[in-house]
Parts: sequence; C-alpha cells; structure tokens
Amino acid sequence: MSFAPETLKPPAASVGVVGWLRQNLFSTWYNSLLTVIALLVIYVLVSGLWNFVTTADWSIVTANMRLFMVGPYPVEQTWRVETSVLVFSFLVGASWGVWQGVARSAALLLASILIAAAVLPVSESERFWFIGALVLLFAGFAVGHFTKPRRLLVWLWLLSLPVVGLLLYGVGGIPRVPTDQWGGLLLTLTLAIVGIAASFPLGVLLAVGRQSAYPAIRAFCIGYIELVRGVPLITVLFMLQIIMPLFLPQEITVERAVRAMVAFALFTAAYVAEIVRGGLQSIPRGQSEAAQALGLNSALTLLLVILPQALRATIPAMVGQFISLFKDTSLVAIVGLLELARIANAAANQPEFLGNLAQVYVFIAAIYFILAYSMSYGSRRLEKTLGVGER
Amino acid sequence: MNSSLPAPSAARVPFYRDIRVLRILAQIAFVAGVLLVGWFLWNNMVSGLARIGGTFSFDFLDNAASFALSETSLPYDPATDSYLYAFFIGILNTLRVIIVGIVFASLLGLLAGIARLSTNWLISKIAQVYVEIFRNTPLLIQLFFWYFVGILKLPRVRDSIELPGSIYLSNRGLALPWFTPTDTFVLWLVIAGVSIPFAYLVYRLLGRVRAPLIYEWRGGWAFLVWLALALVAAVVLDPFLPSIPEIRGFNFGGGITLSPEYAALLLGLVVYTGAFIAEIVRAGIQAVPRGVVEAARALGLSYIQTLRLVVLPLALRVIIPPLTNQYLNLAKNSSLAIAVGYADLFYISNTIFNQTGQTLQVILMIMAAYLVISLVLSAIMNLVNSRLKLVER
Repeated sequence: MSFAPETLKPPAASVGVVGWLRQNLFSTWYNSLLTVIALLVIYVLVSGLWNFVTTADWSIVTANMRLFMVGPYPVEQTWRVETSVLVFSFLVGASWGVWQGVARSAALLLASILIAAAVLPVSESERFWFIGALVLLFAGFAVGHFTKPRRLLVWLWLLSLPVVGLLLYGVGGIPRVPTDQWGGLLLTLTLAIVGIAASFPLGVLLAVGRQSAYPAIRAFCIGYIELVRGVPLITVLFMLQIIMPLFLPQEITVERAVRAMVAFALFTAAYVAEIVRGGLQSIPRGQSEAAQALGLNSALTLLLVILPQALRATIPAMVGQFISLFKDTSLVAIVGLLELARIANAAANQPEFLGNLAQVYVFIAAIYFILAYSMSYGSRRLEKTLGVGER
Repeated sequence: MNSSLPAPSAARVPFYRDIRVLRILAQIAFVAGVLLVGWFLWNNMVSGLARIGGTFSFDFLDNAASFALSETSLPYDPATDSYLYAFFIGILNTLRVIIVGIVFASLLGLLAGIARLSTNWLISKIAQVYVEIFRNTPLLIQLFFWYFVGILKLPRVRDSIELPGSIYLSNRGLALPWFTPTDTFVLWLVIAGVSIPFAYLVYRLLGRVRAPLIYEWRGGWAFLVWLALALVAAVVLDPFLPSIPEIRGFNFGGGITLSPEYAALLLGLVVYTGAFIAEIVRAGIQAVPRGVVEAARALGLSYIQTLRLVVLPLALRVIIPPLTNQYLNLAKNSSLAIAVGYADLFYISNTIFNQTGQTLQVILMIMAAYLVISLVLSAIMNLVNSRLKLVER
C-alpha cells in the first residue's frame, strides 16, 4: 500500500508543444494579435522570396560565375587561383584536425561551400577542382588529427599568405598578373586580408604611441587617430587613388588595388588603435609595475605582459572592426576597381541580362552575408573558448 | 677620506646618458622624421603640380560652378553661382540626409531593439533576422538594391501607388503632402519660437507644485502650453496653406517630392543603421539588472513609472556612447550618396575636382567639412551624455 500523495501531472496546456505555443506566442491577447500579424508578415515575405528565387532567371549568375569569382584574371592563369584554394583547403582541414573548435566550423563551412559548388552545374574541369579541394580538406583533417603538428601549422599559415600572394601575382618563371586584373571575390578577399594584416600592427603601434610618455609622439598619434576617424572611408580611398601618385616621385607608380590596400590599412589602423587603447586601459597598473619590479624594461613589459592581456580582451571588438573592413571593401567599386558590386552592375549591363539586377545583388549580398556572419559566429565561439570577459 | 668618494651630482652623468635629455632628443628626432617625410611629400606634390601646370591655391572657388544640380535646398544658378556656393549646397544636402536619417534610424532601432526582447518568440525572431541580414551585408550593396531594384522599379508617375494620406510612390520618388508658406509665416515662426522659452518657464514653475498629476507630467503640460500657443497663432495668422500632391502630366504638382536618389539613400542609411542601433538598445536594456526593476515595482512604482524613472535612465547610460558612434557612422556613410547619385557634399565635391582638377584642395575641403560635422555631432552627444551619466559620490 502506498501512502505517497498522488502527484498530478502538469496540465497538458502548459507542457510540450501546446505549452510552448501558449507561453511564447499566445500568452496575452495582444501577444496573440502580434503573433497573427507576424505570421502574416512572414507569409508575405517568405512567399515573395520563394517566388523570386524559383521564378527568376538565374543564368546571369551562373554565366558570369568566373567574373564574380576572379574578375578579369586571365583564363589560362586561373590554375593559380585554383591552386591557392587547394592550399587553403588543406590548411583549413589540418587546422580542424589539430584545434577543433572554431577551425571545425570554418572547415565545415568551406566543405559545404565546396559541395554546393560541385553539385551546381559547372564545367567538368571546375567540378574536378572542387572535388579535389574537398578531398584535400579531409586529407588535411586526417593528417592534422593523427600527427597534431601545432607549431608547424602556425608557421605554414603564416607562410601561406605571402606564398599564395606571390603565386597569384607572379614571380620568377610564371607570368605576372598585375592586381589591376584581379577582381570579384578574389580582389575582395585580398583587400580584406591585406587590410587586416597591415592595419593590425599599425593600429597597435598607434595605440601604444597614444599612451606614450613623449608628448610629441602622443600628439602625433592622437592627431592621426582623430583625423582619420572623423572622415568617411570613401574620402580616404579617393585621396589615395588620386593624390598618392602626386605625392610620390614620378618614377614610382603604384597599382590601383595597392593604393586601395594602403587606404584600408591607414583607415582601419585608426579604429584598431582605439580598440587596443580600450584593452590597454583595462590592464591594471599593478601588472606593469610587477613586470618592472621583475627587471623587464618598458619594451619587454609591453610585449610580454601588457599586450598579450590587452589584446585578448579586445577580440570581440577587433573582429567586429575586421568584419566592417570586409564589408567596406565593396567601396572600391566606387573608385573603379572590379570588386563584386561593380561586376554585378557590369553583368546587368550585358544585353542578354539587361535589368537582372535583383538576382546579382541577392547573390553578392549572400556571399558577403555568409562570410561576415561566419566571422562573427567564429568570434563568439573564440570568446567562449578563451573565456574573454569571464575573469 | 671624504674626497675618495665621488660626490653624487647630476653634472657627472654625461648628457647622452641622461634620461631627461634623451627623452627630448628622441622627440626631436621623431618630429624631425615626420617633418622630413612631410617635406618629401610636399616637394613631390609641388613638382607634380608644376608638371601638370597647377598651383596650390583656393582661387578657383570663386569661379562659376557651371554644373547643374538636381536638388538644392537654396536657389542655385550654375551660370553665376561659384564653386564655393555649390560646395555649400552640398553641405546642406548632406545635413538633410544626416538629420532626417538619425531621427528615423533611432526610431527603427528602438522599435527593433524592443521587438528583439519581446516575450513573443516570433516577433523576437523577426527582429533578429532583420538585424543579422542588414548588419552583415555591405551598405553599398543595400543602397544599390534600394535604388535600382526598389525605387527605380516602382510604377511610373501616372500609375503611382497611392497610400492613405495622399502619399504617392513612383519611380520619380515619394510625393508627400506639404504646405506653402503665406506672408505671415515668418511672424508665426517667431511667435512659435518665443513660446519655447515661455513653455520652459511653465515647466520650471510646475516643478514646484507637489500635486502628482501636475508634477509628474509637467513636461507634457508644458508641451501642451506651447502647442496651444502655436495653434492659436496659426488660427489667427493663417501662416500656411496645405499643399496636396497631385499628378500633373509626367510629374507631381503640389506637395513635396523626395527624389528617388534621396529616398534610396535615406532608406538605405536608416535600415542599415537601425540594425546596429537595435543591438545597442537591446544591450542597454539587458544591462539593467532585474533586481532593480523588481525593487522599483516593489516600491509601488507603476509599470510606466518604472520604465521612465528607473529602466530608461539606467539603460540610456549604456546606450548613449555606442549610439554616438552609430550617429557618426551614419553621418560618414552618407557620403555613399555618390553610389546612387544624390548631390551631397561628396558628390558635388567630386564634380568640382573633376571640372577644375584641383584635387588636393577639394579633398582637404571635404575632409574639413566632414570633420566639423563629426565634431559637432559628437559634441552634442557628449552634452547629452554628461547630463545622463552617473554622478559618482
């Protein structure tokens, strides 16, 4: 015989699907009203989008895929771009094997893009490349997973950027492809990567200079940072496109894409500097005093004690800044470089695709969205792994 | 004995090891380096300019601009008006976008930020999708999209879409009801202006009255006083006539028409910046600890009072600094007007330097103009911030 009081189950209306619906969608009369309105809005938007995606003629995108990816890069030299994709696929795969975490998400994203590209109607040789990249990615994973070459992999990553850059640009025996012939996603990614790589050290220098004990250096850094942050990026881009040749001796000519890279680096450095300054200010005074007490000079204190802690705290803001740099690369379309947006407009001017603008814009917006969103997702993962803001 | 010990004295340290001297030397070296680079660039520029036959002067600004502008806030005649005046028109057009843009972006951001925190799952998800899509795609592409795919694809004027309130949407832009000022308009403006300090006085006086209905709503009462004064003056003076847009031939007559370029730029900036502001508003409201809200309710404050007296002041402290940044971004992003062909500061300056070839001077003028706009904006926001920020004791 059991004397235990009979436990009643919660009413069916407060658990399960019904409960969830009641709690989250129909809790009060105005919430129910909002839900109905929201459903209507969603229906209109989604059905409109579905109609557009299924009925629109997407041949403008498929026919111009090459332009979107590499721009006017010479056809017979495209193998260099494809080789670079293979190299990076292998490295991403190896990073997945070694570090898991964020690298895994990046690898899965790359793999799904490659699979999607291989399934889409592309030529046989291109499909071969995509499948090759996919195979290399998983090969990289296997190698990384079983041998765990951490240090080597870091060096390989650092080495891969200049090597791939030289391969694409042309050095030694292979013909040169000046950056004026780069375009599309290739140009966008190059601008973003070079911009990030150059603006980061410059920004750290400016931030340190802003905290310097020397008034002259401090004044210079403050002046630079505030000046650059006060003007729009497009003016900086124009200035370097038009004025840089004027400022340099006649003998030196700089390619237009390189001028744009310089502009991005100089512009973003000012913003990076402010982010790093925030990080520097968050480090308690005791840290530098302790380092000095241990006998480190001020340069070593900065390098070994202050900066590692300061930079760790700035990861979210820094990634945000780099995402905005990545999006801002689209502005070079205005100064005449063959960036995605400009290629989109050019494609929609072809007589057979006249006016198919909506498709191309949706397509390039999707490219930007996928990359930018994955960057912010990766940064959130990284923050969790490193425990930023938890101490 | 004493003489065997070296006397401690600053004079013994050679100057090249004296930290004070070294510091000054280092700074002199730095300044000299900066000056040297600057001199090198300047020299190149002067010789470069000489090569193409130009000089560094601002005299060209007095010449007649001789290019037409599609929209101007002040009367403008390309045959007689100078480049400088055209530049000024550009500044006004930029301000027109920035001010209207900031107002609407704030409203949209506030709405989306609150929707993001809604207990209604669907509403919150819709807000999240809006924020993620517009934050993660470039503004330039959004502008292209709004302009080429959105506004230019609207029906022609003859078949324009009519919205309630005599608002017409067409590929010539957005036609809204407006008003035409009569002779007494200036007088009315003066009266309405003078009423503002009067209303403020009412506000201060009501602040001394301890009746809750009067004290708590003194802002509203003061506004009502101002509104009543302005309305009475309007009825007596009849300062403006309503002007309703109507289709006349291929265009609109009456009302006010926002050009497609302006409408696209404004829409793009508002939707883009609104997404960022939504996240700021959400973070600000979430930064208010739950306990504070519960404590306020426990003290007997009503829901509205809690929001107005407790949550909002606390949230605003977190919101204002990043919001300032977004306003500045909006101001700077307005220079993308050139992508859709709206005649803003940057667009007009671009035309000026294409016509005159005086690139460096014009670019310096653009930068100075944007710097001033940024500084004024951040000064205003800093003022707001200092009124709201925590008074530490």
